[in-house]
Amino acid sequence: MSYDVIIGLEVHVQLQTQTKVFCGCSTAFNPQAPNTQTCPTCLGLPGALPVLNKKAFELAVQTAMGLNCEIPLFTKWDRKQYFYPDLPKGYQISQYDLPFSRNGHLDIPPATDGDTPIRVRILRAHLEEDAGKNLHDESGRGAGSMIDLNRAGTPLVEIVTEPDLRNAMSARRFLEELRLLLVYLGVSDCNMQEGSLRCDANVNLHVHGPDGTKIPTPIVEVKNLNSFRFTEQAIEFEVARQWEQYQKTGQTIHDAPKVTRGFDPDRGMTYALREKEEAADYRYFPDPDLVPVTVTEEQLSLWRSRLVESPASRRERFRQEYGLSLYDAQVILDQGVLFADYFEQVASQTKDGKQAANWLTQEVQRVLNDRRWTLTEFPFPAPALGHLLSLVSTKKITGKSAKDVFNLLVEGDEPEVVTSETIDATIAERGLALVEDTGAIDMAIADVIGRNPKAVQDFRSGKQAAAGALIGQVMKAVKGADPQSVRERLLKQLEG
Amino acid sequence: MSSTAATPINQLSMSEQLQRLQNKAISSVELVDATLAAIETHDGSVGAFLQVYPEQARAQAASFDERRARGETVPSLAGLPIAIKDNMCRTGDTVTCASRMLHNYRPPYTAGAIERLERAGAIVVGRTNLDEFAMGSSGENSAVQLTRNPWDLERTPGGSSSGSAASVAARYVSGSLGSDTGGSIRQPAGLCGVVGLKPTYGRVSRYGLIAFASSLDQIGPLATDVTGAAILLEAISGHDPRDSTSVDVPVPSYSQLVQQPLAGLRVGFCPAHFSEGLDQEVAQTIRQALTLYRQLGAEVKEIALPHADYSVAAYYLIAPSEASSNLSRYDGIHYGYRSDKFENLADLYAASRGEGFGPEVKRRIMLGTYALSAGYYDQYYARALKVRRLIRRDYDEAFQEVDVIAGPVAPTTAFRLGEKNNDPLAMYLSDIYTIGTNLAGIPAISLPAGYSKSGLPIGLQLQGPAFEEIKLLQAAYMFEQAAGVLERKPGMVGG
Ligand SMILES: [Zn+2]
Repeated sequence: MSYDVIIGLEVHVQLQTQTKVFCGCSTAFNPQAPNTQTCPTCLGLPGALPVLNKKAFELAVQTAMGLNCEIPLFTKWDRKQYFYPDLPKGYQISQYDLPFSRNGHLDIPPATDGDTPIRVRILRAHLEEDAGKNLHDESGRGAGSMIDLNRAGTPLVEIVTEPDLRNAMSARRFLEELRLLLVYLGVSDCNMQEGSLRCDANVNLHVHGPDGTKIPTPIVEVKNLNSFRFTEQAIEFEVARQWEQYQKTGQTIHDAPKVTRGFDPDRGMTYALREKEEAADYRYFPDPDLVPVTVTEEQLSLWRSRLVESPASRRERFRQEYGLSLYDAQVILDQGVLFADYFEQVASQTKDGKQAANWLTQEVQRVLNDRRWTLTEFPFPAPALGHLLSLVSTKKITGKSAKDVFNLLVEGDEPEVVTSETIDATIAERGLALVEDTGAIDMAIADVIGRNPKAVQDFRSGKQAAAGALIGQVMKAVKGADPQSVRERLLKQLEG
Repeated sequence: MSSTAATPINQLSMSEQLQRLQNKAISSVELVDATLAAIETHDGSVGAFLQVYPEQARAQAASFDERRARGETVPSLAGLPIAIKDNMCRTGDTVTCASRMLHNYRPPYTAGAIERLERAGAIVVGRTNLDEFAMGSSGENSAVQLTRNPWDLERTPGGSSSGSAASVAARYVSGSLGSDTGGSIRQPAGLCGVVGLKPTYGRVSRYGLIAFASSLDQIGPLATDVTGAAILLEAISGHDPRDSTSVDVPVPSYSQLVQQPLAGLRVGFCPAHFSEGLDQEVAQTIRQALTLYRQLGAEVKEIALPHADYSVAAYYLIAPSEASSNLSRYDGIHYGYRSDKFENLADLYAASRGEGFGPEVKRRIMLGTYALSAGYYDQYYARALKVRRLIRRDYDEAFQEVDVIAGPVAPTTAFRLGEKNNDPLAMYLSDIYTIGTNLAGIPAISLPAGYSKSGLPIGLQLQGPAFEEIKLLQAAYMFEQAAGVLERKPGMVGG
């Protein structure tokens, strides 16, 4: 017997707004000062009312646009009702039957060149407010239990996928691509330590029956996975556990209701969460304190026009326009939108994507890491680096010299911003310019060959290494000669 | 009619009080003192107030008097004492909603309507009693005290704005604020022989009004006369960006326009408002009111509100549904009443809510929770919303034909305290004529139309199109002037 793994994800993404979704309080992560970023509205005080933060709605719509979702022109707010200490109103303002977006997709990029992407359909994305945070002591006796409502009212987009994922690795790669997209769109910082991105995974198996039918096993929802690695581990664990369970009990989806489980990262295992006595009935109904939102086509196209290019589109362009491998394209994309922009500026200036990619992923990244600079602090603007690399590709300087110049110009505590002029001046100062006078080079070669009959003899008798010594002498004689060109001309003379 | 010279200044109409304050015939301290003295004398038996702020009120009055003496420009209601229903927040006050649940609740902010009222110079002298969380029609659901009708202390003042109506009827103050979800301003105004106005939904900010049913609640004025209601309405109306349902429509100068005669007035009446269950004396008084309008030159014509019969049913699904949700926040965790006997979290909720809420509040929470439950939502809540849309359409169509719709406020005059206490359905039916207004989101005014043989006030209700409060006020003022209903006062205040 074999089986297919069926996985759907629900991802909660905290939007990057200055203020909360229904009040003016700050959304800054601030666990050191609990309950300081609160007001009557997010505390749920009697008589306080919510007012929609338009920026949060715009970011939510841009998120959905990035996920290729349909955006209906009408959406409304519903109350999801349940009692919990971190939920001060006794309900969460969310969206039920008319979410602001639906029917989208996100493709998981191929892992290697030649593979095809995997399409994951997005069922819906809706906007809601986050709850606060309980710090306890689960006994409920109030002893030691505390509540921090700083987070209450932070805007969240909940993204629900169709059950299109077939293994734990894909789930992880989907989340990675989603995070990349959200960061590129500038809608979320996706900081998982601070809970800006959280994931629930719905997992079950479709066991292949002997007659070719597929038998679905009970669905398990693993809640609150706060890292991609944990998501992958939790799913892998669940698949194995569910398969074992099925072999033991033969239970199918019809025999058992959906259950929720938690994940213990220390043991790498999921565990049963305490089941509520009754199935949750959230008694959703339209929030009478808020008015529905209507958007116009004009508004949507304005927001669409402000949307930055998606990583998927860039990845494809980097491969097509700049001839990068999937791997190189990904390495650059993973460094963020500024880095990708920087790459594009350099590559379009030098017309050599591969060279630009090599420099960015090696020299530039090394300096950024060593110096702990962000790209905005980096003293080498893209046009300057483009100029430097162009000098290499047009053989004005050697690659080695370029690296020396590069390292020289980023030295010091606060190096000055590099320009083409400072690069040229440095090259001149250090005498790094390659000599293009081929006559001078040829004369020097002839001279060196004449003065080193032994080495010439060795070379001609098959000792390739002998050429090295000859090249060295020519280089010494003609300062700034391009070693590659010297080598070519020397070999020609030796062989000719 | 008693001579005005002999009338205690707290018993004067609001416009007279303001005029005398303005021309310094009286001081605000004198007016506040007269109010406090009247409360001291009578409120032991009436029970309108839950809290009175004598020192604060006197200090504010003294400050306005000083500013006037210095010749400073003061706002239009400077120094005028006003009572507010105890479900509106004000920084520093204890706001209880007449519930054990909020017995110790002190909000850190002030309601939009109260802010406007105070900015206009009014002085909040105290907080008035209500049915717990504004749920009820007699005041008897207050967890704190009974309020009695100044016209007959054995009878109810109506509700839920019981104290706001009684404090005006007893002439402690010339005006007060109430809130109206299904008739909670108009019905007590009617039973207490004062004027009460429920504004268009969105006219007055709900920010800081402790919610009962958010899509129906509106704050509105009560006053001894129509002009007083116009003055207060003007002070509290206007857009508030903190309330998403507040509407940005210019506020007419109600106080200036109220006394302008209305030419070509068309008054509608609906046969459904004269159906069985309506007290004969009340019916007769309303018919006389229609006759008076005809005599004043208005065109009086029959209109139809085909879905009026369903309004009580729709209301008692929508209002409790919203209430069940709005009152979830009272969970014993963050503020308010917490039981000291609980074993676990679920227990803490159940015990705190079980002990903190009174029976009517619990009844409505259960009704609403049931109506919103999976499997029942479509059958109850969703259907009630459909009926609500039909009712709104009925009114839209009726207002193509007429400017206002006249009818009774309540089926009977003030009933005896305790009479309907154990019969929630009978109690619910006392809102039968007022509920449609809230479902449709339109404004309506209740004003004294006459008195029963036993001397109890009978209220006339006028309903109008959205944001046409001025038409209601002008039509009401015309009637008030012609009917001479203002001359009577409750016996306890020398009427
Ligand atoms: Zn807040």
